[in-house]
Amino acid sequence: MPYGRARRPMPDSEHAIIVSALVKDFPGVRAVDGLTFSVARGEIFGLVGPDGAGKTTTMRVLAGVMSPDSGSALIGGCDVVRDPEAVKRRISYMPQRFGLYEDLTVRENIRFYADLFGVRRRERDLRAARLLAACGMSQFQDRLAGKLSGGMKQKLGLVCALIHTPQVLLLDEPTNGVDPVSRREFWAMLYDLVGQGVTIVNSTAYLDEAERCHRVALMHRGRLLFCDQPGRLKQRLPGDVIAVVSPAASQLRDSLGRLPGVGSVLLIGDAVHLFVDDASRRIPEISRALESMRLPFDEVVQITPTIEDLFVNAVSERERAA
Amino acid sequence: MSARRLFALARKEMIQIRRDPRSLIVVLLMPVMLMALMGYGIGLDQTDIPLCVYDREGSQLSQDLLKRFVSNRYFSLKLNAEDYRALADAIESGRCTVGIVIPLYFSKLLNAGQPASVQAVIDATDNNTANLIIGYTQAVVARFSADVQIDYQQRRGPALGAPVLNVEARTWFNEELESRNFIVPGVVALVMAVIGTFLTSLTIAREWERGTMEQLISTPVAPLEVIAGKLIPYYVIGMVDAGSCAAISAWWFEVPFRGSLLLLFGASSLFLIGVLLLGFMISALAKTQLAASQFALLTTFLPAFLLSGFAFPIDQMPAAVRMVTRVFPARYYVTTLKSIFLKGTGAAALAVPLAAMLIFAAIVGGAAVRAFRKTLD
Repeated sequence: MPYGRARRPMPDSEHAIIVSALVKDFPGVRAVDGLTFSVARGEIFGLVGPDGAGKTTTMRVLAGVMSPDSGSALIGGCDVVRDPEAVKRRISYMPQRFGLYEDLTVRENIRFYADLFGVRRRERDLRAARLLAACGMSQFQDRLAGKLSGGMKQKLGLVCALIHTPQVLLLDEPTNGVDPVSRREFWAMLYDLVGQGVTIVNSTAYLDEAERCHRVALMHRGRLLFCDQPGRLKQRLPGDVIAVVSPAASQLRDSLGRLPGVGSVLLIGDAVHLFVDDASRRIPEISRALESMRLPFDEVVQITPTIEDLFVNAVSERERAA
Repeated sequence: MSARRLFALARKEMIQIRRDPRSLIVVLLMPVMLMALMGYGIGLDQTDIPLCVYDREGSQLSQDLLKRFVSNRYFSLKLNAEDYRALADAIESGRCTVGIVIPLYFSKLLNAGQPASVQAVIDATDNNTANLIIGYTQAVVARFSADVQIDYQQRRGPALGAPVLNVEARTWFNEELESRNFIVPGVVALVMAVIGTFLTSLTIAREWERGTMEQLISTPVAPLEVIAGKLIPYYVIGMVDAGSCAAISAWWFEVPFRGSLLLLFGASSLFLIGVLLLGFMISALAKTQLAASQFALLTTFLPAFLLSGFAFPIDQMPAAVRMVTRVFPARYYVTTLKSIFLKGTGAAALAVPLAAMLIFAAIVGGAAVRAFRKTLD
């Protein structure tokens, strides 16, 4: 979903989340290293990065269940360190690991979380019925949560998270291991929420999922690589991306990296993505080089870079510089 | 503190207990099992002690005395020895545990108003049993000797001799000297220790292990609500189990109950709340079920079993161990239980143990609230 509205610098009151210079250390590793970003009200914000990038730690700090070593995070104007309980009243948090009670039924879990947030019974019943219908789970109300499929567990997590009205919804890899149909229903519910003014922070290791967010922050080893709209991030990439589709893609990777004007080389399925300075000039050169090396290939074309391309390029450049 | 959140937590906990076979077994079967085990299994009494007699005189009087040994339930005659050698053999071989030797001139001395001695040879390999046998033997002989004295006085006429002092030891509070009466009330303490600490420590550690705690602490729930919400179901279960144990003691094992039910209820609540809070504190610190259960066993069940005076008298422990028993509330609770059951003691006389349990609950409760933090670090 493209984010059409032009973005202007906003006053703080329009920011649902402000994170500045956040640091969290664990024995032997700095999980979050000076993270700074802000999220606007009603925005779907993606925290993207590979495993170990520091996404879960960041989410936990935002949810007020883990305290940072330094830096600050404000949620709806409340400080997660100084007033975590005020933060907890304003958010719903879905941990990466299923956090509901497997020995309680769907209905009992919903009722439990509704009671914790003080939702009135009538409102709870209306809401639960609507949410369960939206994710196709109405007929599973008396099933034990532990007996649900992975996708249904995540949807139940979302239902429980939305049984009260959170200002901010924190989802830590919510669609991990979820089937495509459930994933679609999941995202439909998220877009619906944003329409109601809820702010969503969604962490994911899937870059394709990141492109559904209004803005994404790319994280690597606890640091922010960059943070922008998915479309704009692509424009940031210096040069162009060329895809070479070949039955021997993995052989091509090593040979092509040595050609002039080629930066990072990335293997994606049966294609190799090359970062080059100028596509129109390099495409004929690469074709000729492949022919002379007798390497088979189907086509050499310029493509629109994906976030994955962007991410890999940024990480490899950073590592080259270090 | 929100009543709604508290009730939600307690309700959730109750559903989980109902659906967990392991908890159910502990809750439903353990009291009955422990009660049966302790009521029938541990008998500190000795009955039918194999007895060997060697009557050197063979008079009417000596046979009277031996009959008294044979006719009570403590002794059972195995051998009527022909000589001293046979008696010694019976004891050495272990066929008999005690041998009674009646000397020559036994009746003559007695009829003449002279003291006479009876020898008891006792196998003291097990010194506890030996002590019991000495006691039983002395009791039989003392009773006999008193009768002989009365008889002597009557034959001589009351005006002549000095008035007879009939000293009879009367054991108080446990007239039958039944060790079961002494042990069974203490089982209530064992049951509570297990329900209280063992089960609670598991439930919170389980939430950490399964990841449900992470979501729970991200809600506005207050630490006190979590603690109380967890404790209420276990308090109810613990009290019901304690009540059943007390009922089994009184009606099935016929242990005398002489005290006030209200006092029993109050003292039990005090002890139970203390061990529940201990269980909560342990699991808040341990965070894995295995560590929590082991620590719970070590700090409640074992002290309740070994250091409480439940079956092993505290007076007979070494001074250092006696000091250690003071730290565990089980000691005070077992004292209270026995006093209420057997003596019918009132609250005023139990002020010290009751206060000790209250102090324990307050200290552990404070520590539990501090130990439970709504964070993952």
